[in-house]
Amino acid sequence: MKRKLLVLGFFVALLGIWEALVRLRIWSPVLVPSPGKVALYLQKSIVDGSLFHATGITMKRLLLGYLAGLLLGLPLGFLTASSKFCRDTIGVVALGLQTLPSVCWVPLALIWFGQSEGAMLFVVLMGTIWSVLIATDNGVRTVPPIYARAARTMGSKRLHTWIHVILPASLPFIVSGMKQGWAFAWRSLMAAEIYVTIITGLGLGHLLHYGRELNAMDQVVGIMLVITVIGLLADKVFFAPWENFLHRRWGTQK
Amino acid sequence: MTLDELQPVPPEKVLVEHVYKAFPGRSGTVQALEDISLQVAEGEFVCLVGPSGCGKSTLLNIIAGLEMPDSGRVMADGAPVTGPGRDRMVMFQEAALFPWLDVMGNVLFGLKLKPNLRNADRREVAQYYLQLVGLEKFAMANIHELSGGMKQRVALARSLAPNPRVLLMDEPFASLDAMTREQLYGDMQQIWSKRRKTILFVTHNVREAVCLGDRVMLFSPHPGRIREEFRIDLPRPREVNSVELATHAREIMTALRGHMSSPVA
Repeated sequence: MKRKLLVLGFFVALLGIWEALVRLRIWSPVLVPSPGKVALYLQKSIVDGSLFHATGITMKRLLLGYLAGLLLGLPLGFLTASSKFCRDTIGVVALGLQTLPSVCWVPLALIWFGQSEGAMLFVVLMGTIWSVLIATDNGVRTVPPIYARAARTMGSKRLHTWIHVILPASLPFIVSGMKQGWAFAWRSLMAAEIYVTIITGLGLGHLLHYGRELNAMDQVVGIMLVITVIGLLADKVFFAPWENFLHRRWGTQK
Repeated sequence: MTLDELQPVPPEKVLVEHVYKAFPGRSGTVQALEDISLQVAEGEFVCLVGPSGCGKSTLLNIIAGLEMPDSGRVMADGAPVTGPGRDRMVMFQEAALFPWLDVMGNVLFGLKLKPNLRNADRREVAQYYLQLVGLEKFAMANIHELSGGMKQRVALARSLAPNPRVLLMDEPFASLDAMTREQLYGDMQQIWSKRRKTILFVTHNVREAVCLGDRVMLFSPHPGRIREEFRIDLPRPREVNSVELATHAREIMTALRGHMSSPVA
């Protein structure tokens, strides 16, 4: 309880400092909107539905692209971990492309897919797939061989061993790879949405972009807040339960 | 032709004949096993003893079907060993328990691979073996929460649960402290008297071998060979610190030293 109060106090103080700085009028109110104005914008955009609409579009792109990235990245990671040839080929490609900031895929995606959902999905997919692949590959490689041996003596065969031994044994790596993939996907989608107008739907990135064009700083800051909160929620809702489970089971928690 | 010849004589539970195995090493090939022959009868407890590098673990892996011999043959229950099988369960030196499963999940792992069982029965069997090793209260515990001795007990329950006919144990108590180990000798003997498994037990601890085995096979390294065989006729349960046991152990130790110092002809 005390801990929660302290945390609440911190955020209230943060808002207070923000408000105080605005009132001191060091900067023009056009450049630095007050917390009240931002809240007003958020309220207005919630009431007229534009915020939820944009969030819905963005989340749909993110989830679809992310899931596609997982569905491709996981098996490819298993493949590179189990075959020397695949490691020397696909593995090297993955390592190289992982260092490429995923926003660099945007120009190519636009030329290939046009200003469409396909382009968005492609960018998110490229943001996700490589880190998932590399983490899976790493995870599988670090599984102690004795696990598979023990499983084999108990009658576990190829596919069963993969699903019931190799996959769960490499889960700590895979989950951290999924988390990194999520972060990359989120960043690349925002970059893509800010960078290009997609005729098939306006996401959060577009709201941010139009906020800048209209010089509406309350909108810019408001959308930035929303994006931050979504990232935070994803972490708490999707990943924290997994991580807690892994820490408990493996005994890696302090 | 007599009746005896017509009826297939029940073969030895485990039969090893003229097995050779070499590994590529840094300085040429290492002959891990040279002309190993061994017969183990149903319900017998045989200990393989020798210094490290004498190939005793390799032999166990070959019987388990995890490795193939270069030549020679291995039969289990009269059938040639071509790979791992549920009839020959292995218990490793490190517990090799799965950290992503709780204790119950680990014991259930092998049982789930056994067809024609209802899940409720599987749980019941797992529960029985957890009780047998004295860990029924820890069914829900995570592996990292267990001590080294408890882990090996879980591993024992896990390898006993699918009811294998042969249990292959590769230095299962080597990493435990002396007190825990001595406690497990007692438990092992009790469980063995209850379940009557055929057991092949690899160890470098001569006392351990004398305490547990009906027979002790003495190995010597470079190349790995069986040098001598000792029959242990002490009554059970045996106390590892007893004088009679120490006498047997000393005899084997002396023989072991003899083989270590005299190079193979």
